[in-house]
Amino acid sequence: MLKRRIIPCLDIKDGRTVKGINFINLRDAGDPVELAKEYARQGADELVFLDITATIENRKALAGLVERIAAEINIPFTVGGGIDTIEDVSILLKAGADKVTVNSSAVKRPELISEMAGEFGSQCVVVAIDTKLIDGEWIVFVNGGRTPVEYKTAAWARRVEELGAGEILLTSMNNDGTRSGFSIDITGEVSRSINIPVIASGGAGTMEHFSEVFFNTACSAALAASIFHFGEITIPDLKKYLHKENISVRL
Amino acid sequence: MIAILKYNAGNIKSVQNALTRLGYESIITDDPEELMKAEKVIFPGVGEAGSAMHYLLERGLDKTIISLKKPVLGICLGMQLMCRHSEEADTRCLGIFDADVKLFPPVDKIPHMGWNNFLTIKGELYKGISLEDDVYFVHSYYSEISSCTSATCDYILPFSASMQSGNFYATQFHPEKSAGVGEKILQNFLEI
Repeated sequence: MLKRRIIPCLDIKDGRTVKGINFINLRDAGDPVELAKEYARQGADELVFLDITATIENRKALAGLVERIAAEINIPFTVGGGIDTIEDVSILLKAGADKVTVNSSAVKRPELISEMAGEFGSQCVVVAIDTKLIDGEWIVFVNGGRTPVEYKTAAWARRVEELGAGEILLTSMNNDGTRSGFSIDITGEVSRSINIPVIASGGAGTMEHFSEVFFNTACSAALAASIFHFGEITIPDLKKYLHKENISVRL
Repeated sequence: MIAILKYNAGNIKSVQNALTRLGYESIITDDPEELMKAEKVIFPGVGEAGSAMHYLLERGLDKTIISLKKPVLGICLGMQLMCRHSEEADTRCLGIFDADVKLFPPVDKIPHMGWNNFLTIKGELYKGISLEDDVYFVHSYYSEISSCTSATCDYILPFSASMQSGNFYATQFHPEKSAGVGEKILQNFLEI
């Protein structure tokens, strides 16, 4: 049976992981490679690395980091942050990323999605969608969640699928950082309306939040950052819990 | 020396990284002579069947691959190209395995992406592996079950997770991305 995936997300700034990270057993938890290896060892199903600085000078450094990650870890990983062009994508895939995620640049120029899919295959195209509930409508936001655009979230997700995306990383901004649980509402709506996998993101605070989103929506994976980084929930504990709750996970 | 076949497909470096972690030296090459000289050949791949097959035909690599007598391991698209025909871009493939490659019917999410376990396993690649072990898949097309099938998996329908015919081995999943279980399967291939 296909397993629901658990995905830790690492924010990268100047080649280092950001946010206070609480891994006692690591020599250097600020080193993305060390942290990635530890997550892989614990049973993470995939990893996502987001470069939050994402300037042109950093792009080369990021490719170097991706090469180091690819050399060390034995599970799939996705890289994103400020990717605008097919060349950016090509560099990261060549460096060893399995998938690349695009967000604002895909909204600005949707053909980027079909170009990526045509050149490298849909399997490596993850479109990240940041969404916020405004007056009863889930609206797409870009520029790190600062700017609303005219798209309604489910309609944009369908468009993204048609253009050739292989997966959607859906972040509810209403829930992100609240630790009050994933948005069942928009995660359910988007995963019902498209036929590609959806990664739920934003709001994870407890193990129950993961079972809730897996029970109540058709999402394929759930992503979280701080609860894993601070060691509040460990991946082996989370998976044991989900297994006990009859959610199919890789143990 | 292990030769990794170079063609216009992604994921090639990942295979080399996995071999390096296991302590094996490898080269990435599309030179027929190097492929003939190597102890073993890995035929990796993520990509599109039509253009990949075109690349092989243009360089005469189709004939080289078929004539290899040493252990060969096809991975993902590599395995599909070792079948007879793929519905992807209506592509005639190498015909090493007596099976056709078809698009999953759209009754669940496509691609089949993520970790899945086996329905059946047999043969050398699966020494020390159990049916509960999960491996990482990402594919929209599947190879039907045939006399060459050496492992099966279920997603939408039962399909070939692995195939073997003589010295030709193949996996639909990515052993190089399948954590410890994948490393064991790669190691089993390397020890043949």
